[in-house]
Amino acid sequence: TLFEGDLDEETWERLEEALIYADVGAATTAQVVEELEREAEDGNLVGGEALSNRLAELLAQLARTGDDKIDLRPDPTVILVVGVNGTGKTTTIGKLAWHLRNTLQLQVVVGAADTFRAAAVEQLERWGERAGVDVVKGPEGSDPGAVAFDAIARGRERGADVIIIDTAGRLHTQTNLMDELTKVRRVISKQMPDAPHETLMTVDATTGQNGVRQAKLFGEAVGVTGIILTKLDGTAKGGIALAIANELNIPVKLIGIGEQLEDLRPFDPDDFAKALLTA
Amino acid sequence: MFDSLSEKLQGTLAGVRQRGALTEDDINKAMREIRLALLEADVNFKVVKQFTSSVKERALGIEITKQLNPGQQVIKIVNEELTALMGGQSAGITFSPRPPTVILMAGLQGSGKTTATAKLAKLLSEQNGSSVAVAACDVYRPAAVDQLIKVGAQAGATVYERGTDADPVDIAGWALDQAKRDGKDVLIVDTSGRLHVDQALMAELANIKKRVRPHVVLLVVDAMTGQDAVNVAEQFAEVAQFDGVILSKLDGDARGGAALSVKAVTGKPILFASTGEKLGDFEKFHPDRMAQRILGM
Ligand SMILES: Nc1nc2c(ncn2[C@@H]2O[C@H](COP(=O)(O)OP(=O)(O)OP(=O)(O)O)[C@@H](O)[C@H]2O)c(=O)[nH]1
Ligand SMILES: Nc1nc2c(ncn2[C@@H]2O[C@H](COP(=O)(O)OP(=O)(O)OP(=O)(O)O)[C@@H](O)[C@H]2O)c(=O)[nH]1
Ligand SMILES: [K+]
Ligand SMILES: [Mg+2]
Ligand SMILES: [Mg+2]
Repeated sequence: TLFEGDLDEETWERLEEALIYADVGAATTAQVVEELEREAEDGNLVGGEALSNRLAELLAQLARTGDDKIDLRPDPTVILVVGVNGTGKTTTIGKLAWHLRNTLQLQVVVGAADTFRAAAVEQLERWGERAGVDVVKGPEGSDPGAVAFDAIARGRERGADVIIIDTAGRLHTQTNLMDELTKVRRVISKQMPDAPHETLMTVDATTGQNGVRQAKLFGEAVGVTGIILTKLDGTAKGGIALAIANELNIPVKLIGIGEQLEDLRPFDPDDFAKALLTA
Repeated sequence: MFDSLSEKLQGTLAGVRQRGALTEDDINKAMREIRLALLEADVNFKVVKQFTSSVKERALGIEITKQLNPGQQVIKIVNEELTALMGGQSAGITFSPRPPTVILMAGLQGSGKTTATAKLAKLLSEQNGSSVAVAACDVYRPAAVDQLIKVGAQAGATVYERGTDADPVDIAGWALDQAKRDGKDVLIVDTSGRLHVDQALMAELANIKKRVRPHVVLLVVDAMTGQDAVNVAEQFAEVAQFDGVILSKLDGDARGGAALSVKAVTGKPILFASTGEKLGDFEKFHPDRMAQRILGM
């Protein structure tokens, strides 16, 4: 294990380094270290093994924020997917659609509201073919809100259980593009008052401290209800998701572990906490 | 978003001027602030350790002058050390005397390779009047070929593609033959995104490199990358011996400590900054500006 023997100054330093190394960030790291130091001082935590166990428990507790399940009861359930460029929105939608259709036997319609990036629509269409679901698209360069509207209208006509809307990647600092996203959301809400039922934001596991800013500003623009932590199949631990959960109270709901249809998993805080500190 | 490090250091070292000398304790306090600022900027913690120990050594030799207060002096040292670390040989693309000059692009998934391929094609054809071709060697990501066909055409480059059924190594070799036959000055080879720990895909990259013998290998790194940047850079350096880095998505508000990490562990310069989704959003990299940005100055 990471910690052996007595808990001394060096232990706390090692713990701090391990958390920083996992991209948990200074604020949440300080909070965790202080809490454990206090427990040790109070005599409630003795020895390295106890520390390791308590640490895993505490990290899982921090990661477990709000409701981390996707509620599929609304008929149809509308899911809006947002996030910065290249983080895995389109790929995740392909995997999610496949999972909903194949494991849960649900009818899925996907809306190609990334009308901006070169070949974004073609990419989503390929995923639609793989997953065996319908993709609704508009003409190139068309208004993303209009595509979202069409996707929901067509989804309802066809009796879809779940409608997933893909959007163009954008940096949270691009005000005009963030306003555009707010408008897409508004179009959806006008059409179906309680939709979108989920607004999921993709966060690449390799992301550093900027991830908190991303989640904060996307949250303000469209009300993010959950994080999809992608690319966890690499060596990055995705600790920024812990900071997001702890500092902004946005739960992680799904994780991406590869580029194939089946590489999507529900988020498990205990597994995540354990993996966070293993080399 | 961040208090400037400079303000913090001036606060930390405020009492020193009256005392007339910096104590070891003052310096340690200053180093803690620097360490925190760099970690918040996503500089790898091992790199931070090395960096603060070299700054500390120089700071211990500081003499209090009238012109600069101690905080300013420490900042000056940090700035100089950081600029030196970021800078070094500010190389560009060296063209081969026997065209085509072959440039191989590599990097993690979604880092911005395909976009950078088109941006570089545009830059080289506009600035150097080169005739540029790009090769579509990503057969895995859905519609990756379509994407390069579109952005390549926008950049005014010839796009060599053979769909998704051929082997990427063969496509690369075939594209090189085409480029020679067509008398191209430059061939830029776009590859699929790959994880540095994916042995099969890393071996493929090595094979593409063997086949086309590129003059320049470029690693595309997302400016938002966290601590993992060093693992990625080390693995790509080992397998593909890249010559330089393109730092992408610098138009956001990430502090970009990954740039420092990659430079520190591989010694390879950052050549270009990618600063937006449009093909013109691409420029020469400025180490001094990056040093300031990392420090939040
Ligand atoms: N290894 C790995 N790669 C992934 C994962 N999720 C997505 N990717 C890859 O990351 C790259 C970007 O994925 P996209 O789905 O296009 O990302 P996006 O957010 O839709 O990108 P934009 O629409 O351009 O903003 C692709 O090469 C995907 O195959 C994952 O969980 N693991
Ligand atoms: N804001 C911003 N977006 C960028 C920049 N460079 C690339 N992008 C966007 O990032 C996303 C991914 O870019 P790609 O060029 O497809 O990345 P890639 O490395 O080829 O991706 P894969 O082939 O899937 O590994 C797209 O949405 C691009 O438009 C940049 O400098 N700034
Ligand atoms: K919590
Ligand atoms: Mg996409
Ligand atoms: Mg690409």
